[in-house]
This record gives sequence, structure tokens and C-alpha cells, in this order.
Amino acid sequence: MPLLVPKLPEGTEHYGVLARFDSAKAIFHACEKVRDAGYTRWDAHTPFPVHGLDDAMGLRASRLPWVVLVAGLSGAGGGMLMQWWVHTQGYPLVISGKPLFSWQAFVPVTFELGILFGALGAVLGMLAFNQLPMLYHPLFRSKQFESVTDDGFFVSIEAWDPKFDAAQTGRFLEEIGATHVELIEP
Amino acid sequence: MSHQTRVVPLAQLSLPATSAWGRLRWIGLAVGVIGAGATALLAQDDPEQFNFSWLVAFMFFLSLGLGALFFVLVHYASKAGWGIAVRRLAENVSSGLLVMPLLFLPVLLGLHDLYHWSDADAVAHDPLLQAKEPFLNPSFFTVRAGIYFALWILITLFYVRGSSRQDTTGEESITRRLTAASGPSLIIFALTLTFAAFDWIMSLDPHWYSTMFGVYYFAGSLVGGFAVLILLAAGLIRAGYLKDVVTVEHLHDLGKLLFAFSVFWAYIGFSQYFLIWYANIPEETIFFLHRSEGSWAGLTMFLAWGHFAVPFFFLMPRTIKRKGPFLVLGACWMLMMHLIDLYWLVMPTLHKYEVRPHLLDLTSLLAVGGLFLAAVGWAMAGKPLIPVKDPRINESLSFENF
Repeated sequence: MPLLVPKLPEGTEHYGVLARFDSAKAIFHACEKVRDAGYTRWDAHTPFPVHGLDDAMGLRASRLPWVVLVAGLSGAGGGMLMQWWVHTQGYPLVISGKPLFSWQAFVPVTFELGILFGALGAVLGMLAFNQLPMLYHPLFRSKQFESVTDDGFFVSIEAWDPKFDAAQTGRFLEEIGATHVELIEP
Repeated sequence: MSHQTRVVPLAQLSLPATSAWGRLRWIGLAVGVIGAGATALLAQDDPEQFNFSWLVAFMFFLSLGLGALFFVLVHYASKAGWGIAVRRLAENVSSGLLVMPLLFLPVLLGLHDLYHWSDADAVAHDPLLQAKEPFLNPSFFTVRAGIYFALWILITLFYVRGSSRQDTTGEESITRRLTAASGPSLIIFALTLTFAAFDWIMSLDPHWYSTMFGVYYFAGSLVGGFAVLILLAAGLIRAGYLKDVVTVEHLHDLGKLLFAFSVFWAYIGFSQYFLIWYANIPEETIFFLHRSEGSWAGLTMFLAWGHFAVPFFFLMPRTIKRKGPFLVLGACWMLMMHLIDLYWLVMPTLHKYEVRPHLLDLTSLLAVGGLFLAAVGWAMAGKPLIPVKDPRINESLSFENF
């Protein structure tokens, strides 16, 4: 099984449909309609961040902050624990007449490890949630889709969405203002 | 995305003279006068306590005005768009600085009770105080205070007046002029605030010094300033003003700043403590020694937890900052902690071993706070609650967090 490509459910005939819109405004309203039509497995692709699109798509708040919180707290806790072990168990040295466990001296390292782990948690968590790195994606089959980094705004609805029907979903996207709709092979 | 012109009913933007908010100046004045009367009565029994209580109240409300002034200045310096809708509120709070020279008079009169270095006999027998005498002497102290107030009032009036004039003329050149002046103003602000903190609080113990002390007072001032801005905005919204003008998006950003500066305060406070703890030099550690004896130790711990650790986790989630009642709770709490912080800085000079709250602490707060609020109310009355003709006001009205 090839690595770094999206895993599609067994026995899917198509990847889904891809619809092109010509402006940020058009895709914004299209997303509201796709959301209201009850689709759940779909995505929007734009050349730049569109304000409020996450609400228009009905996306839930990201779970990433929880990953960062847990990672940051474990970094800070681990940092303090490590210094406690080094200074009181592993290598108990009296430094400038202060107690072996001088928590004040351990704060900078604790703080920095909290930041480091929080930052790593944010980056790795983001990659994991987005299933990145991903070297190939079925949407790349579409010639149209190349303009997504230039002036094209796209909505893709995946074939394993419970409401998906190749013909009907395509018609629906045309009705809500898509200028070009195509079926994408897996 | 697009910043279309929005039509907002004028009733949303100005305070009728008969409304509770429109009467703020009179309410403030009444509270201030009653507070001052009660303070004057109580002060006769315990003039020393009065001086210290007054200093706490004075430094507290001064910090709110300075925090708000800093927000205005940094707003122009960074050419920020999001907060233009709340900038006028900050201008109004900074106008409270205009009455601060008057409220400073009791500090000048109580110089001998407050500041050990002002005692000529003590200086004569103390080589360290003699060395500091060219800086720490009553006349230079008074001159410096005059300079701080003159510069603060100059900057405040320059920004408040410029911004109000733009309400009628809508001149873009005003924004350009205020932006150009914001850099130099910030430098002046940083120097005057630092030296004011040195003079008025740090010199309470003239043997002790910390080069970070100015930043510490600055960090607390910003916490207080943002807490007041949040409370003012939330209060006005609750009373039915600024609907769809100051939105949850603006409150969210003010909440982020409140969070950020409570963390900054902890960072500065710990750094100050950390270096002194490490070096362990008696003339430096004396400051923390006083504050870790008797009941002061409890207050020190309360400060560390209540000013940083608890609000750090409380204010962290996005949802808290976007829910009015929670944010208001956080702002009230931080404002109270900022007051306790100043009490903790000033009072151990008088009550060395025990925290000893006094009725004068309360009446001084009422006196200074009432007059401060009266000045803020004066600034708020008779002009719109937002800079209506700021060239970029629409950008702020349609601002959204990602």
C-alpha cells in the first residue's frame, strides 16, 4: 500500500465531485448551502484564507488547543521532574549554599520545556489532524484544480458522504452557482 | 472582508445627559467628595496610615489612566485597525490622568511620613542616603513629579483633543499627526512611568533598588488598564450602547491582551525575584524578606496564584474570552489582584510584619476613585463613544478574529 496518500474507504468508485466557483463571495455562499444541505464529508479549497468560511462550512472548533495544552503541561511537568531528579537524586550538589531542591532555579528550564513541547505539539498535532505530509491527492487529477493557488475557489464533496450521489450532487453544485463540475476518479 | 460603510444609530453612540452613564461624572464627584470627607475625618486619628492608604489608592488609579494612555499610543504606533472602536474608551479612561496632580498633593504633604530619605536627620547618619541625596531630596522629587504630570497631561490632551476634533472634521491629517507623534510619546511615557515608579513606590525603602521595578509597575498598569477597558465596554453594552459596534470580537481581543499582560506581569515579577534570590545580597533580599514574614507571606502566595496561576488557566480558553459574563468576571478579578499587588508593594513599609487592613484604605480608594471616575465621565459626556470619523473606523467595525 502506497505511503503518504489519502486512504479511501474500500470499494469506492469515485473520489467525489469537484466544483469550481469564481469568487470568494460565491464560495462563501456555496459553502453555507452545502452545509445546510446536510453534507458532512466535504471541503473547501481557496487561494487565500476567506474570513468566516469556517462558520459558513459549519466546522467545529479545532481540537488542536487540547493537544497543545497537554503537550505543554507535560513538557513543563517533565522539565521540573527532570531537574528534581538530577539535583536531588542523580547528582546532589550544593550550589551557592542553596537547598538541593531550589525550585526557583528550575523555573526557566521548566518554562522553556513547556514552550518547546507546546510548540512541537502544535506543529505535530496540526500535521496529524491534516494527515500531512501527503504527497498525492486524487484532486490533483483535475486540470481545473491547478488554479486553486491562483484564482479558483473549489468545493469538493467526497463519495463516501452518506448523502453523496454522483449525478445528484453534481447537479446540486451547479444549482448553487458552480461554473464547472467534474467527477474525480480515486 | 469588504469594509462597507455601516449605518449605526446615533443613540447607540452617545450618552444622554439623563442616563446613568451620562451622569457618571456627577456620581463620581459625589463618591469622591464623600470619600474625601470620610478620609479627612479618619486621617486625623492616624495620619501615617492615611498617607500610605492614599498612596496605594493614588498609584492604583494612576496606573489605570497610564495603562489606557499606553493603549492609545500603541494603537497609533502600530497602526492597528481592530481596536479603533474601543480606542475612544481608552482615551476617556486616560483623561482620568488630568485630575491626578490634584490627588498627588496629599502625597507631597505627607512626604515625611512616607519617605525615609526626606528626613534630614536620617540622611545625616546614613552614608547610602547621602550618596543618593542629589536625586532623592524633597525639592528635586517635587520637580520631577511636576515634569511627569506635565508630560502625561500634554500627551493625553494631544491625543484626546486630536481624536475629538476628527469627529467633526474627519481630517486624515490628524491620524497622520497622531501616528507620527506616537513613537516619541511612547519613549517619554516609558521614561516617566519608570521614574515615577522609582520615586513614588521604590523609594519607600531608599536602601533597596531594582532596575526592573519600572517595568513591574508598567506590567501591572496594563493589566489594570485592560481590565477597566473590558468592564467599561461590557457595562456600556449592557446599558444598551455600542450594539453591533463593540462586538464580541473586540472583547475577545481585549481579553487576549488582559491574559497576555497578566502573564507578562508574572514574567517580570518572577525575573525580579529570581535575580535577587540567586545573588542573595542582603540589601536586595530585604524587599522579599519583608514580604515573606508574618501574614505578608500569605499575601505573597495569594498574589502569585491569584494574579498569575489561576487567571492563566481561567483566561486561556477562547470560549471564556468570548462569553461576556466570564470575561467580566476575569476582568473584575484581575483589577482586584492589581490593587492587591500595589497594596503589597506599598504597605509592608508601614506594617512590617502583619497585613493590617484599615478603613482608610477603603475611603482613600473611594476618594481617589470617585474623582478619577468623575474625570473619565467628563471626558465621555458630550462626544460620541467611538471615533466616528476615523478614516479606518469601518475596518474596526467589521473586524473578526480568525
